[in-house]
Amino acid sequence: MKSVFVVEVLSLFCFVLLSQVTAKNSEDIRCKCICPPYRDIEGQIYNQNVSLKDCNCLHVVEPMPVDGKDVEAYCLRCECKYEERSSDTIKVTIIIYLSILGLLLLYMVYLTLLEPMLKRRLFGHSQLIQSDDDVGDQQPFANAHNVLSRSHSRPNMLNKVEHAQQRWRRQVQEQRKSVFDRHVVLS
Amino acid sequence: MEEEDAAADPYLPYDGGGDTIPLQEIPRRGSNYAMSNGGGVASSTTHLLDFLEEPIPGVGTYDDFHTIDWVREKCKDRERHRKINSKKKESAWEFTKSLYDAWSGWLVVTLTGLASGALAGLIDIAADWMNDLKEGVCLSAMWFNHEQCCWTSNETTFAERDKCLQWKSWAELILGQAEGPGSYIMNYFMYIYWALSFAFLAVCLVKVFAPYACGSGIPEIKTILSGFIIRGYLGKWTLMIKTITLVLAVASGLSLGKEGPLVHVACCCGNIFSYLFPKYSKNEAKKREVLSAASAAGVSVAFGAPIGGVLFSLEEVSYYFPLKTLWRSFFAALVAAFVLRSINPFGNSRLVLFYVEYHTPWYLFELIPFILLGVFGGLWGAFFIRANIAWCRRRKSTRFGKYPVLEVILVAAITAVVAFPNPYTRQNTSELIKELFTDCGPLESSQLCQYRSQMNGSKAFTDNPNRPAGPGVYSAMWQLCLALIFKIIMTIFTFGLKVPSGLFIPSMAIGAIAGRIVGIAVEQLAYYHHDWFLFKEWCEVGADCITPGLYAMVGAAACLGGVTRMTVSLVVIVFELTGGLEYIVPLMAAVMTSKWVGDAFGREGIYEAHIRLNGYPFLDAKEEFTHTTLAREVMRPRRSDPPLAVLTQDDLTVEELQGVINETSYNGFPVIVSKESQRLVGFALRRDITIAIENARRKQEGIMLNSRVYFTQHAPTLPADSPRPLKLRSILDMSPFTVTDHTPMEIVVDIFRKLGLRQCLVTHNGRLLGIITKKDILRHMAQMANQDPESIMFN
Repeated sequence: MKSVFVVEVLSLFCFVLLSQVTAKNSEDIRCKCICPPYRDIEGQIYNQNVSLKDCNCLHVVEPMPVDGKDVEAYCLRCECKYEERSSDTIKVTIIIYLSILGLLLLYMVYLTLLEPMLKRRLFGHSQLIQSDDDVGDQQPFANAHNVLSRSHSRPNMLNKVEHAQQRWRRQVQEQRKSVFDRHVVLS
Repeated sequence: MEEEDAAADPYLPYDGGGDTIPLQEIPRRGSNYAMSNGGGVASSTTHLLDFLEEPIPGVGTYDDFHTIDWVREKCKDRERHRKINSKKKESAWEFTKSLYDAWSGWLVVTLTGLASGALAGLIDIAADWMNDLKEGVCLSAMWFNHEQCCWTSNETTFAERDKCLQWKSWAELILGQAEGPGSYIMNYFMYIYWALSFAFLAVCLVKVFAPYACGSGIPEIKTILSGFIIRGYLGKWTLMIKTITLVLAVASGLSLGKEGPLVHVACCCGNIFSYLFPKYSKNEAKKREVLSAASAAGVSVAFGAPIGGVLFSLEEVSYYFPLKTLWRSFFAALVAAFVLRSINPFGNSRLVLFYVEYHTPWYLFELIPFILLGVFGGLWGAFFIRANIAWCRRRKSTRFGKYPVLEVILVAAITAVVAFPNPYTRQNTSELIKELFTDCGPLESSQLCQYRSQMNGSKAFTDNPNRPAGPGVYSAMWQLCLALIFKIIMTIFTFGLKVPSGLFIPSMAIGAIAGRIVGIAVEQLAYYHHDWFLFKEWCEVGADCITPGLYAMVGAAACLGGVTRMTVSLVVIVFELTGGLEYIVPLMAAVMTSKWVGDAFGREGIYEAHIRLNGYPFLDAKEEFTHTTLAREVMRPRRSDPPLAVLTQDDLTVEELQGVINETSYNGFPVIVSKESQRLVGFALRRDITIAIENARRKQEGIMLNSRVYFTQHAPTLPADSPRPLKLRSILDMSPFTVTDHTPMEIVVDIFRKLGLRQCLVTHNGRLLGIITKKDILRHMAQMANQDPESIMFN
C-alpha cells in the first residue's frame, strides 16, 4: 500500500513538471482585449491566440469598429491581457481523478456486495460470523500483541497481502464504530 | 566499585537508570554484577544478556486516544542527537549520517510542500470541472469546464461571452432546445440529480473506506498537535479519500468550502513523509513540528497566502511553535504556493480564484459601516457557533445521528432544490465571492452593475461615478438577501456532515453578501443625499466615492473572524488575497470589532467549541485560570475514592502486578520505596509494563507468576529456590514531576501547559499523596466554568 501511494505521488510530481516543459499548444494562449463602450459602439471583448509580442490592441481588435483617426483613442481605452493555460494538465488531471474514482467505486462495490456473496458461497454461513469478530482495544494486552508481533516475518507474499488487508479492514471498522456509532470522534 | 555502592543507597537521586541504558556503561557493569539468586553459568550468561539486549521494542509508544509525554519525547530526541554528534568525528560515513540527520527536517518539509501543492492543484481543477458538470458538458473536450471550453471562442459581446458552440447544457443535449420552460425544468432536474449523486458517492466512500475523512479536520488537528494520538487520522487512506470526496462534496453544491480539509490533506502528507525518516517517525514531538509546517502549507495553497498560512498555523493550529518551526513552516508554505502556481489551475497565474486588485481609496466616514459590518460578523459568528453546536450535539446523542447517509442526501437535496432558482446560489460559492468582491468596471453586465447612467448620448462611458441604481441592481439586492438567509441556515446543518466540509468559504460568502448589500446601500445613500455633511466633505458629485466591492471584502473578513476568532492571520490572509495595503485599517477595524462582539457572547471559536463538544483533552493555552484552588483539592484520590494504586519497588510478584493492572484502568502507577515510607521512586506507565511483561515471558526463561518484580538497580535478596526475578528498571521514569499539595492550581495549570505534562504527582512533607492528571485539570476547569465535567472523555 505504501509503495502504491509513493508511486501515485511520484506520478503527480511528474505531471507537475511535465506541465512546465510541454510544448505550448497553440490553442493554449490567447490575448484578451476588453474595450469599453465608445460613443455609440457597445463594449466588446476580443480574443485571439497570438503570442505575447503581438498582444496589443492593433493586432487583436479585428475588425476595427472605428475609422482611422479614432483608432488611437479607442485603443487607449482598451485593456489587453495575455493569458495562457495548459490544457494537457487539465486533461491529465481529470483523467487521473476519474480513474482513481472509478477504481475506488469498483473496490467499494466489491467489498460491500461481491465479497460477502463469494464468502458465503465458498464457506457457508458459519464462517461469516467468525470473520467479523474484532479485537477491541479495551484489553490491556491486546495492543501489546500487535506491537510485538510486528517483528515476526511472514515469508508468504499472498499471506502478507491477506494479513494486511485484514488488519486494514479491522482498523476501518474500529474507525467506523468511533465515528458513526459511538460518536466519540468527529461529532 | 563506587558505582555499585552508590546504586545500593536508595537515598541518592540519580544512579543511571532511565529509559535507555547508555551504551558505554554496559561493559563496566556487566562484569561486576552481583548475582543475588542461586544460578549456575547458564543464568550468569542470561544476566549479561539482560544488559546487552536492545531496549524492549514497543516501550515508548503510545496507545490510541492517549496523550503523549512531551518531556519524554524531547529527552529522547536530545539523546539521539547527542549520540549522533558524538559519533560524528569517527568516520566520514558517520559524518554524512549526521549531515543527513540535520537536513532531514528540510527534506520532509520540502516534500510536504510539493505534495500539498500538487494535491491542491488536482483538487482545484477537478472541483471546477465537476461543478460545471451539473450544468452541461463540453462536447469538443470532455475535460473542460464551462469557462475553459469557451476560452477560444470568438464571441465579441460581453453578454455572449459564456456562450459557445461546444458547451451544451443538459437540456440542449437531452431535449434539443436551450431555452423555454421545458429546458428550465430539465436543467433543474439534472442539477438536482448530479448534486445528489455526488453527495451520495462522497458519503459512501467516506463510510466504506475512511470514516476519519469527514468533517473539517481542524479541531482534530489542533488536538493532535497539542499531544493527542488518533491513529489513522493522518494516514494514507484518509488522505486519498479526503482528496477524492472533497471534490465530490464541493461539486454537489453543498454549502461548504475546501480550506479546512486542505489543511487536513497537507497534514496527512506531512505525516506520511515523516515516516520515511526515523528522526521523525519515532519521535512524536518532532513529528508535530512537521505537522505545524504542513498546516501552514495547507492554508497557503487554499488561499494563496503563504504568510497568512504561517500565521494561521501559529495562531490557530499549533500548540508549541518554536522558532525553528517558523522558518520551516514558511518554507513549506512557499514551496506549496510555488507548485500550485506552476500547475496554474486557473489559467491566469493567480493562486486563488478571487484575487482582486483595486486601489480606490476609502474615506474616514466609511469606518462607521465597516464597524457595523464587524458587529454583524460577530453576531453571526456567535449565533452560528451556538446553533451548529446545538445541532451537532443533537446529532451525537439522539437518533438523528444514526442515518448519516440519509442525512447527507437530505441536506444535499434541500440545498439543490432551493439553490437552483436563485442565480447567486446556483453558481459556485467561490465565483460568487469573486463577483461580489469585484467592483463594477466599465464593462460589467452582471445584474449587480446595472446602474442607470446619468449622461446620455455623448458621454456614455463614465468613469464609474456614483450612479442611481437601475432596476437590475434592486432585483439583485433582493436575490442577494434571499441568498444570505439561505446560506446562513444551510451552513448550520452542513458543517459537521459526514463528508469533508470546510467553513471558510461559506462564512466569507455570507460576509461578502452582507457587505455588498451594505455597500450598495451606502452608495445609494451617498447619491441621493449628497448634500449631507458627511458626503459633502469627501464625495464629489460624479466622482468615484464608494466602492461596494471593498465593503464585501470587509464583510467577508468580519464574518470569518467572528466565527473562528482569528485576528492577525485573518487580516494577513485577506490582505494577501487582495494585495492592497491601503485596506489594512478597515479590515482590522472590522475584524477587531467582530472579535469583541463575538467574545461578548462566548469566548470560544468554532474549533474550540467542537473540541469541547467531542471531549478531547485539549488544554487551551489562551484561557486563563483565575481560581484560587489548591492542588490537593483537584488531586486524586479524593476522600471517598479508594487509595492511590501504587507499586512498591521490589515487593511485588508478576501475578500481583498483573492483578493491579487488570483491576484498575489507570494509565500509570507511581513506584514507591515501601508501603511504610511512601517515598517516591518514579513513575511507570501501564502500556510499558504490559509490553515489558509480555516481552519477558517470551524472551527470558524462568519468569513465572510468582517471580519477583523489581524496579531497583539490583535484585532484592531472595530465597535460593525462587524463580528468576524480573527487572523492570528500564521502563521506570526516574524523574516524575511533583508538586506539593499546597501548590496553587494556577501554577499547576501553568506547568502542565508549558511542559506538556500528562500527569503530576502530589507530595506532602516528602511523602506521596496523590496524582493530578491532565483529565483532572480539564474536569476541574470545566467545573469551575459551570460546564459538565463528565464531558471530558479521553485521557
